[in-house]
Amino acid sequence: MKSDMPKVLPISEVIREGKDQKTIFVKHKENIKPGQFYMIWIPGIDSKPYAVSYCNKTELGFTSIAIGKFSNTFDKLKVNDKIGLFGPYGNSFSIKSNACVVAGGIGISSVSTLIDKLKNPTIIYGARTKDYLIYLKRCKNKKIILTTDDGSHGRKGFTTEVLKELLKNNEKNKISIVYTCGPEIMMKKVLELCNKFNIECEASLERYMSCAFGICGKCMINDKIVCIDGPVFNLKQLNKMTEFGKFARIKSCKKVTIEEYHSTHL
Amino acid sequence: MLRTNICGVELRNPTVLASGILGVTKDCVERVGRAGAGAATLKSLCHEERIGNKNPTMFGQDDVFLNAVGLPGQGIDNAVKEFKRLDDLKIPVIGSIYGYKIEQFGQVAKKMARLKPAMIEIDISCPHMEYGKPYHADPELTAKVTKEVKKNTGKIPVTAKLSPNVHDIKEIAHAAERAGADAITAINTVTAMVIDIDARKPILANKIGGMSGPALKPIAVRCVYDIYETVKIPIIGTGGVTYGKDAIEMIMAGATGIGIGSGIYYRGMDIFKKVCKEMESWMRKNKIKNLDEIRGCAHK
Repeated sequence: MKSDMPKVLPISEVIREGKDQKTIFVKHKENIKPGQFYMIWIPGIDSKPYAVSYCNKTELGFTSIAIGKFSNTFDKLKVNDKIGLFGPYGNSFSIKSNACVVAGGIGISSVSTLIDKLKNPTIIYGARTKDYLIYLKRCKNKKIILTTDDGSHGRKGFTTEVLKELLKNNEKNKISIVYTCGPEIMMKKVLELCNKFNIECEASLERYMSCAFGICGKCMINDKIVCIDGPVFNLKQLNKMTEFGKFARIKSCKKVTIEEYHSTHL
Repeated sequence: MLRTNICGVELRNPTVLASGILGVTKDCVERVGRAGAGAATLKSLCHEERIGNKNPTMFGQDDVFLNAVGLPGQGIDNAVKEFKRLDDLKIPVIGSIYGYKIEQFGQVAKKMARLKPAMIEIDISCPHMEYGKPYHADPELTAKVTKEVKKNTGKIPVTAKLSPNVHDIKEIAHAAERAGADAITAINTVTAMVIDIDARKPILANKIGGMSGPALKPIAVRCVYDIYETVKIPIIGTGGVTYGKDAIEMIMAGATGIGIGSGIYYRGMDIFKKVCKEMESWMRKNKIKNLDEIRGCAHK
C-alpha cells in the first residue's frame, strides 16, 4: 500500500556552508537519484521541498539559504533537533557524458549529487559575492569556472556569459548536454543558448508545493505538475512551457510573474 | 455503455474529479480530461484570496488520506480573470463555490455563473461559521444558502456538497432539495487526526483534518444510500472510490455520478480510465447494458 508518512529523525551533523547557508545531515539510508527531493518537516512550523545535496551510504544532507520564515528556522537547527522527511519525490537528471553543469546561487544544492555522479563535468557556478559560494572544497578537483556578480571571486558577471563562450568554441563537441539549476531567469537563458547551439538541456525547476505527490496542483507550469512530472524537465518539455521563466503560482494558487513570486518569500 | 446524464449535463462516463484535488487551473482540467474523467470539479473558490494552511497539509497512509489545506484559492475575481470561460474545455466543468456569509455564497455563485460552468457546486461543508453554527450541520442554513445560490445562477444546475460530520445527513439533503438544489454531492471528508509518535505532534499543521481514501467508502456508501431514500434529485457519490467495483457499489447505493479525489493518490491520474474499464468489464460479465439497470438496486 502507498504511504507518505514522515520519517522523523534527529539531525546528526550541521555544517555552516557560506553566508546564510547551512547543510543538515540525518542518518538515513536511501538510494537517491540526482535531482530528487524531500519535503522537510520542522514539526510545529511548516514543510518545504529540499533537494538532496549530499548522499552517501549512511546519511543524507540538505542545504538551505536563509531568506524566508521557514529557511530562517532551518538556519537555526542544531544537532539532535528532530526533522521529518516526506519522500523521496520527483524524477531525476539523466547521467550523460560530455556534460556541463550551470548552477546559480543555492541552485548548486540541486545539482551537487549530480556532479558527484558525472564523469569529468565542466561546472559553471555563480553567486552574488565570494561569501555566498559554497561546496568549493567538494569541487576542488573538478573543472570549475566560478563567477560572482561583483567580481569578488572568479569572473565578474554571469554564468550564462561563460556558457555562451564555451558553446561558441565547442567544435570538438566537448559539451553535449547542459544540466542547470538556479534562478529561473538564468535557466531560461541557458535554455535559449542550448536551443541556439543545438545542445541537450535539463533543468530542475522550483515551485511552491503543498503535497509533493501530484494532488494539490499548486506547482503547475502549464499542464505539467512539477512535483511528479519533474522537477527535472528536458529541452523539448521546457520549450513547450509558455509559463517557464514568466509565471508561477503563489500559495493561493494565483498566477503571478516570476519576479512577484520570488519577492513574496514563500 | 457508461454515458451518464446528471440533471441535464451529459457526461461520457460517470466519473467526476472531486473538488480540492488538482482542479486549480484550466490546464489541470484538460489533463484530467485526457486521463479519462467524465467531468471535473474546480477547487472551491470564495469571495477573497486565501493562502490556506501551513504544511504538512496532506499525507497518505495505507487506506486513509488526510488533508487540511485550509481552502487556499485565488478568489473568484482572480479566477474570472484567469479562466475567462469554462465552457470551452473538452469535459464539463463544475465550479465549486463558498462564502463566509450567506450573501457571499450568492455573490460568488453569480460571478462563477458568468464563466458558464456546466454545473455549480455549493461547498456547504466548509468550516466557516455564521450564527455560531457551520452551514453543513443545520438544515435551515443549508436551505438558505442553497436558495441564495439558486437565485444567482439562472439555468445552471446547482449541486450541494454535504458533510458526513452531521447527526442526520438525510434532513440536510432534504433541506437542500426543497430549497431548489438540482443534485447532491456526497460526501466531503470525515474529521480526523494522526499524531506522529516520534515528533509527538499531529502531522497536519492544522492538527485536525479531513479523512478520505479507501477507508472512507463504507461511510460514503451509507450516506448515499440514506440520501437516495430521501430525495429525488441525482447524487454524485464521492468518498473512497478507488476501483471500478467501488463505483458499481456507489451506483447500487443510488449514485448517478461518481466522484474521485484522493483515488488519484493511490492509482495515479489515469484512475478515471482504469475505473471506467473495470466498470465496463464488470457490466459485460454481468450482462448489464446501462447503469440505470443497477442504480439504487441495493434498496430493493
